[in-house]
Amino acid sequence: MTELEFDPKPRVAQPTAGPARSVRRRDKRRATSLFAHGEPMVWLTGGALGLALAMISTLLFVVISRGLPTFWPQPVVEIVTHGGERFAGEVALSESFALGPEALAALPEQAAARARAELAANDEQIARRMLRSGNYDLTGTHFRWVSDFEVAEESTPEWMLCVERLEWGRFYGVPTALEFDGRRTDGPSEQMWAEFERAHAQARATWDERRSIEEHDIGRLAKAKEEARLAVRSAELAHGAQSPERAAAEREAEALSAELDEEMRALGERIEELKALNAGRRLLVRTADGAQATLPLEQVVRAYPANRLGAFDKLAVYASRVEEFLLDSPRESNSEGGVFPAIFGTVLMTLIMSVLVVPFGVLAALYLREYARPGPLVSAVRIAINNLAGVPSIVFGVFGVGFFCYTVGGGLDTWLFPERLPSPTFGTGGLLWASLTLALLTLPVVIVPTEEALAAVPRSMREGSYACGATKWQTIWRIVLPRAMPGIMTGAILALARGAGEVAPLMLVGASKLAEELPIDGAFPYLHPERSFMHLGFHIYDLGFQSQNSEAAKPMVYTTTLLLIALVVVLNVVAIWIRARLRRRFQGAQL
Amino acid sequence: MIPAGPSPAIDGDMLLPAPRRGLPSPTMQHPSPERSTPSRPAKVFEAIARNEPHVTETHLSLQGDDAVLEVEQFQLHYGAMHALHNISMRIPRGKVTALIGPSGCGKSTLLRSVNRMNDLIDNVRIGGSMRLNGDPIYAPGVDVIELRKRIGMVFQKPNPFPMSIFENVIYSLRIDGESDKRVLAQTCEESLRAAGLWEEVKDRLQDSALRLSGGQQQRLCIARAIAAEPEVLLLDEPCSALDPIATGRIEDLIEELKGEYSILMVTHNMQQASRTSDCTAFMYLGRLIEYGPTDDIFLQPHLRETEDYVTGRFG
Repeated sequence: MTELEFDPKPRVAQPTAGPARSVRRRDKRRATSLFAHGEPMVWLTGGALGLALAMISTLLFVVISRGLPTFWPQPVVEIVTHGGERFAGEVALSESFALGPEALAALPEQAAARARAELAANDEQIARRMLRSGNYDLTGTHFRWVSDFEVAEESTPEWMLCVERLEWGRFYGVPTALEFDGRRTDGPSEQMWAEFERAHAQARATWDERRSIEEHDIGRLAKAKEEARLAVRSAELAHGAQSPERAAAEREAEALSAELDEEMRALGERIEELKALNAGRRLLVRTADGAQATLPLEQVVRAYPANRLGAFDKLAVYASRVEEFLLDSPRESNSEGGVFPAIFGTVLMTLIMSVLVVPFGVLAALYLREYARPGPLVSAVRIAINNLAGVPSIVFGVFGVGFFCYTVGGGLDTWLFPERLPSPTFGTGGLLWASLTLALLTLPVVIVPTEEALAAVPRSMREGSYACGATKWQTIWRIVLPRAMPGIMTGAILALARGAGEVAPLMLVGASKLAEELPIDGAFPYLHPERSFMHLGFHIYDLGFQSQNSEAAKPMVYTTTLLLIALVVVLNVVAIWIRARLRRRFQGAQL
Repeated sequence: MIPAGPSPAIDGDMLLPAPRRGLPSPTMQHPSPERSTPSRPAKVFEAIARNEPHVTETHLSLQGDDAVLEVEQFQLHYGAMHALHNISMRIPRGKVTALIGPSGCGKSTLLRSVNRMNDLIDNVRIGGSMRLNGDPIYAPGVDVIELRKRIGMVFQKPNPFPMSIFENVIYSLRIDGESDKRVLAQTCEESLRAAGLWEEVKDRLQDSALRLSGGQQQRLCIARAIAAEPEVLLLDEPCSALDPIATGRIEDLIEELKGEYSILMVTHNMQQASRTSDCTAFMYLGRLIEYGPTDDIFLQPHLRETEDYVTGRFG
């Protein structure tokens, strides 16, 4: 090449003709060179990137700004309306709206006058707030709207409590007395509150013990009984209904059953004891409208005098709620409590999926790239794989439920667990089938980057290996795969991100609204791939669109979304870290 | 990412400027027509252009040598293209043989035919025969994997494997399943010493080979090739991607390996051929034009064309 071809400046035309012609030519050149220099393209491409970033950061901003404050304790306001109603609650939402003339006409005269005054003063807008007023068991509603012109009096009573309960949602009221094991402390006062905290801890400990007995010990007995029943059924299936084996198994089951019943009775007595103990532990509360209520202490998850909290106390409440969110099971149809089973299910399902899909995808890519003779068939297969990535995920879900759950799972059930039929073991949605379905879904996501990574291994490296007398497989195993490993990890990372965020197919193949048991527990064989599981993505859908108390669930939707995003980011960062390590090891310098 | 390319700070080749030896450069000192009169007028290329068969001008002084590699009537086609025409030559044992000629004349193809690297390419047809120490290379039933283990090869661009220096050197032992740590360590040290790299890398054998400089990488590739104790060593323009100092080191190394190993080397560099080789073969358009002792080829070639090429008058 000549030097002139690299000259970035446009060459000046020779002034062969008159000066006018020369100028025109120069202008034309400048116009083309502006486009050639790409100034507009810089703006176009940069603008596209900027727009994409703006949209993504808006999404993140909304999720973070709504997700993070969910657990922050708000002050509880008590409101007296002109109509004489009194109620208390946390402000959940503030907005202003235009009150129409019909609505205005429907108001009582005094109220209408106040509304008109506010409309005039406030730019034809009425401000209103939504209060989370709780006390569902007394009022039949969780939330109520109040317009500013209706408010006659507003205060933040010092001892107004916010009580989170196991059932019925939140309760707002002022404590009047604490009853604990026959002792009564009147309040509200500092001393009573200190007593309450001690009493509450004890009542909860008693309740935890009862829960533990109910869940674990009774569950264990029930399982033993069920196994004995299954043994009878197995004997019947294997040897016939009249066989001596069946009779023996039945005798054994009866003996065991008597033994278990004895144990069960003992546990039942203990439960009654604990119940009786906690029956005398109560908090008497007066609501804002003067009603009296009695809250059993064991039913109180958390209670705090919202208007007396300092910054550190609020932080403590926040931390305690975050802890509950991350480590506890959900309650109140998932709108309260924690999401630990969903986190656990999501992570476990994603990991099992990765373990399944990565080796499978790498083997397939190896055949396509290294062994298959290039031709129309291989090209067709490659196109098919790429298209697989574009199939809607619900299609994979339908396939998963039809093939994995009913065909494979049903076959496994009749083969391995005939005694449990007709209740399915593997023949219904579960962790294994969900992981397999997602593995199938993410297969192209692994195959395509892996193939590219294999193709990018320098030919000189392969030739060097062959020249040393290595066979094809030795070359692949020792040279090609290590060198392609970072690219394979890229595929795995993409699959991980795709799989962790997928919801639609999971609804069909195993994710459930509420899973009683985690897929991993202390009972043999520890990992239970047939169990259904909770998934964060499905949990978000369930919270947002299936919840009965949707206003209360809304902030949880954002918080859970934030958690899911954070989880995917963490999984990805770990994978990227592994990839960086591999890259340092296998690609010290580019050749 | 580690920055690509050799960095001067770790380039061991910079440490020791290599002493040069060898014949006076042919491009500096043209052989005068009086001293070496070509036996025939310059008509060989015209004959080739007319597609007439060419009979290699093999110098008589080579006839008696003990040959490690015998090439007879060797033909090679890439699809419709006839890449090698009737090549016959005997590569002497324990000496360095250089293949020279303009680009595309088939030097590398001939070299890669020796260890059957051309098998990896579709559409290659072979005629004639090659024998390595008497064993046929192209007979049916020859185990190519076993054959390649008897032949070492070093490529144009350094191609260390993505693994440690140690693993690179003992690669051929690994693929043979050798697992005795003492044998591996000993082979590694001997090979690296033979390749003149031991002193530079002995403290970082577990480092990635990809972090070595270009010249060190190429010597590592030579160490890897000789670790398998090959019967013949093929060098395919081993210095073309290296700077002059690294080139000097490799040339010294070839000089040291001479005698112990039989080397067949492709080079584009006339000085390199004249300095390092014992025999030189001049190729042109897939034909072996002239083959003889290096001194004769450079100072008294029989053919006019050879003289033109080695003196830089064409090509």
